[in-house]
Order: sequence, then structure tokens, then C-alpha cells
Amino acid sequence: MLYSIIFPLLNSMPGLSGYVFPNEYELHWSILIVIYPYLTGLVAGAFILASLERVFKVSALKPIYRLSLLTALSFMIIAPLPLLAHLGHPERSFEMFLTPHTASAMAMFGFVYAWYLMVVLLLEIWFDYRKDIVIWSNEKKGIVKYFYKLLTLGATDISEKAVAFDHKIGRVITIIGIPSAFLLHGYVGFIFGSIKANPWWSSVLIPIVFLFSAIVSGIALMLLVYMITSMVRWTTMSMKCLNKLAEFLLYAMLIDFSLETLDFIHRLYESEESISILSEMISSRLFISLIITQIIIGSLMPMLGLVFARFGKLPDELRRMIYFISAILVQVGIFSTRWNVVIGGQLFSKSLRGLTTYKLDIFGIEGLLVSIALLIAPIGILWVLTKILPPWNEMGKVQKEVAKMSATESV
Amino acid sequence: MKTITDKLIRPEIERRAFLKNCSKTLPSLLLLVASFDVQQLMAKENGVYDPTEHNYAMGINIKKCIGCARCADACKSENKVPRKPHFFRTWVERYVIPEEGEPIVDSPNGGIDGYPEISQKLHIQRTFFVPKLCNHCVKAPCVQVCPVGATFNTKDGVVLVDPKWCVGCRYCIQACPYGARYLHPETNVADKCTFCYHRITDGKLPVCVEVCPTQARIFGEKGQKSSPLRRFFRFNEIHTLKPGLNTKPKVYYAGLDGEVI
Repeated sequence: MLYSIIFPLLNSMPGLSGYVFPNEYELHWSILIVIYPYLTGLVAGAFILASLERVFKVSALKPIYRLSLLTALSFMIIAPLPLLAHLGHPERSFEMFLTPHTASAMAMFGFVYAWYLMVVLLLEIWFDYRKDIVIWSNEKKGIVKYFYKLLTLGATDISEKAVAFDHKIGRVITIIGIPSAFLLHGYVGFIFGSIKANPWWSSVLIPIVFLFSAIVSGIALMLLVYMITSMVRWTTMSMKCLNKLAEFLLYAMLIDFSLETLDFIHRLYESEESISILSEMISSRLFISLIITQIIIGSLMPMLGLVFARFGKLPDELRRMIYFISAILVQVGIFSTRWNVVIGGQLFSKSLRGLTTYKLDIFGIEGLLVSIALLIAPIGILWVLTKILPPWNEMGKVQKEVAKMSATESV
Repeated sequence: MKTITDKLIRPEIERRAFLKNCSKTLPSLLLLVASFDVQQLMAKENGVYDPTEHNYAMGINIKKCIGCARCADACKSENKVPRKPHFFRTWVERYVIPEEGEPIVDSPNGGIDGYPEISQKLHIQRTFFVPKLCNHCVKAPCVQVCPVGATFNTKDGVVLVDPKWCVGCRYCIQACPYGARYLHPETNVADKCTFCYHRITDGKLPVCVEVCPTQARIFGEKGQKSSPLRRFFRFNEIHTLKPGLNTKPKVYYAGLDGEVI
């Protein structure tokens, strides 16, 4: 959060320079549009991580399978809000569903979103939890009982055959879900990558870079969520799971970083007409958010940390600490990536002769406070979801004690 | 008993047969009439505007432009464009190209208040003014990206925004390579040059063309013999802005310098 406060200070320092088209002085896409790809990236990343366990049977990731699904859902619920808040006429947003302009990349958002939320996430979560929901609907009392009864949607058969069917369907949905998650975030990248008027965005690599950075941010998020929830619940973390997460995070980061470097070198080598203004932008306006926070703090440092912690001979305590810090740095880095794409793409004029500047308001719908609220909201939703659908595979502390007591009693 | 000659001279149709034939012919006739666009036929008779008969475009002769920016000023008045500095449907850029070094380009308040003197001591090679506006591209990127189809190509070759339909997402503003669009601060919808659509459909000229003291702006129809554009195309070397982006602009420049982006 502190990071978001530092940004406007950094970016408001230099004023206008060179010649900027008169209509381009003010940026049209604000921090809300930075948050949107950041959130959808987390959704896609968390889901892809969950599907690793399900489809590719990476058993070390079992403790976070359900947690990842719930996390993806929490962030997915909030993801369209920054877009909606940003519209000049949010009350007309439904027109995108009713009269979509099929040539528009943006018009497809509603459909991609609805597909992913309804068909993939909700269905997968429901099938995975169905047996538990039925059990809870029998065990719980009062209004909660009826709430769970409602959630069963009338499917209360938990015979072995029925549960086996759930598993089978769950697997199928995950298999459909992986390309869908790729589609979701690749599509978000395409919204930017397909704008030929903007040389900073117009690149075929953008959707792919978006995708891999999404995977990176999703894994780092799950590392953080798993560690924090375990700490809050006073349960021991599975070191095996953490190590696996760190490994996947490192691999995803290596691919992501290589792709971004390739994009960078490619631009430099091709050296098209926009190169001089883009270089000027990187060395002045984006120096801190690109070179310092995205590349050094957000990519190189965590990668080194992960290599050191995962493959060095360190005590588990230290290892966990380095994982934790690395995951936070990765979040900073990915947020910077989104910032540099969205805001960076508007800091130079399409006259290719000048640079403008972005000032972030504190208040107002496109201000800092709303942005922070939008970033925190998914965590609140996740908390509620974990209350309704506890994702913990192992028992909590209290339950363990109860179990222990009942075991001794029976002896 | 009628003879064959009788029949030939006065062929009689029985009433029943006549009515029967009528019942067949009338619907066929109605179908035939319905196959024409009656509204359009009527419109032509009544002198109502028919967009399919037009294909508007603009020519700008850079050698004639004196940088007075009366066009930009008149446009703001005519189209109720906010007077604040960063909203323009049209503006005039000044290019000062020194013998050495980078060109100096500016357009303070769209040129409406004039241009400041160049303070640096330069050996100026050449200097000129370039009026800019929406290019009403045939393959308009703004039209392509609009998620609800609020921006569209009209049948008479103009790109318009439907302010009652626009959701204000600003994707079109990002997609326009010419910086010709802005978000109207009062209506919260995308706004841009319409070629003064309310005027041209009434047989008048766009206001920027009308006020230009040197006739640097020429408005007319592509492909019509009586159009002033015909002469403009005949006697000038014509360029468009950013042709590499394949947007097929319909604002044509005569005497466009390679420095202009």
C-alpha cells in the first residue's frame, strides 16, 4: 500500500516536456485500470496453481488447492469493479452484454469474465465442496443448516458413486479451466497489445508476458496467503508445499523475466521511430517504477532470494522468511509491471515528441483511497469465504485438541 | 355462339376470371413496390437528405495555412467544446525546423492565443503550420475498439460518436493514433470532430472551413465531379498522416512535411 503512496510522488515530479497533442495532457486510464489487470492476473495465477494439483497431481500442493480456488474467486468478484468505477457512464455498462460490438476486444470482457466466473470457478468450487456442504447441512443447526441446504442445490447424494462423479467432473472442469485462465489474462493483455496506435503497447508478446506475470503473481499471492493463514490459525505450514511453491514461482519468474527481456531487446534492436521517446520515458518518467521496482526490487532480488532459499542449506525458519519477503517483493514487482504498461503507455504523446505526467488524486473515485479499498476488498471476501467454505484440509488447533481429548477418553 | 373472330376482336373476360386475376396481381404488385425502399424514394422527391449520396472528406493545404487558428476558435464556439485548454476537436501545430537539431513543435491552447516567439537563437531552415483534426478514417481504429458500437462510420463517410450510447470507457481515445479524441468533461462521453455534421447535412460547410481566411481548408466530396476537392487532388501532391497504420484517413494534406507525425 505504501508503494501506491510513493508512486504519485515519484511521477508528479517531472512536468511536461516536448510536444504533447493537446488532448493528451491528461491521462485517460488511471490507477483503476492498473488495478484491473493486477487483480485478474492474481485470479488467473491462483487458479493455474490450483489446477497443478488437480490435473498434474502435484501432491505437495494439496494444502493450498481449495485455498487457491477461494482466493481466485475472491479476487474475481472484485476484478470488474475498477473497470466499472472508471466508466464515464457506468449505468450503461450492461450495453456491453446486450449490444456488444464484436470487433471490439473490450466488448468480449463480459463474456470471458462470465465464462470464467460461472462456468469454471463457481462450478469447480461447488463440485469440490459438494460432499462437505451436504455433511455441513446435516450437522449444523438453525439458519446455517438451511444456508448449506440451499448451497447443495438439492443434490444431497453423497454415496461413493456420486462423490466419484464429483471428482471426475471437477477434473474435467479444471482441464477446461486451464485454457480459460490463460484466455482470461491473455485476453486482458490483448486489450493493450492490439492497440496499433500505441508503440509501447502494440506487441504480440504483451498477452504472453501478461500471462506469465499473472502466473508469477498468483503463485506469490498463494505463498503469502498460505503463510499468513497458517500463522493466524496457529497451524504448522507444510514445508514441502512451501518449497514446491517457491520452485514454481522461480520457474515462472525465469520465463516471465526472459520474455520481458526479449521484448526489451527486440524493441531496442529494431529501433523503430518511437524508440527515442520511449528511451527518454524509461530513463526519466519510468526509471524508478521500471528499472528500480519492477526489474531490481520486483524481479532480480526475489529471484536471487528464491534460488538462495530453495537450493541453499538453510534452516526452515530462515527459508520461510526469505520466501515471505520474496513473495511480497514479487507483488510489488508485478504491480509495477501493470503500472508501467498502463500508465507508461500514456506518458508519451502519440506525436512521439513529448512526455506528459500522471498525478494521482487521494480522494475521488479514481483516487488512491478507492484503489486501496479495491485492493483490500478481495482479502475481506476471502475471509468470509473461508468461514463459509473452510478450505483447510488438516484440522485446526482447537479441533486437534478436541480430537486428542476424545481419543484419550475412549482409551 | 361466339366465333373465333369475335373472340379476337373483343376478347371478353368473365367477371369471375377478372377478379381472380386481380387477386393474383395485386399482391404481386405490392411485393414489387415493397422491394423498393419507398422511404428513400419519397425522401428524394421531398428533398430530404440522403447520406448514401455523399462521401465527405477534407483537404488541407499547408502552404496556405497562416496559423491564425480561427478554425480552432470557431470550432470551440460552434460545437460547444470546453474552453479549457486540453479539449480540442481541431488545433493548429507550429513547426519550426532549425538547420541543425530537432524540430520545435508547439500548439499552445491549440494556437488560439497565438504562438510565443522562439527564444533560442536558431538558424531556421523552414517553418509552417499544420491544422489537425479527426481524420475520419475509413478503417478507423476507434470504431473497431468501441465495445458498444457507439462510435461508427456513417454512410456519408464521417466518423461519429453517439453520446447517448457511449459508456465512457475511453478505449477509442487510446486507439486513435492522432490524439483527436477527448472525454467531454460535462457529458462524460468521448467527443471529437464531426465535420460539423449538423451543418454539412444542411448543405453548409464545416465551420473551420468557412472561417479560414486563406482557404487552407477545403471541404467536399470524394468522387464527385463538382467537388472542390477534385481540383485539390488534381493540382497537389497528397499525403495523409501515419499512413503506415493503414487507417485510411480522409483528411488529405497538400505540402505535408516529413517531420509531421
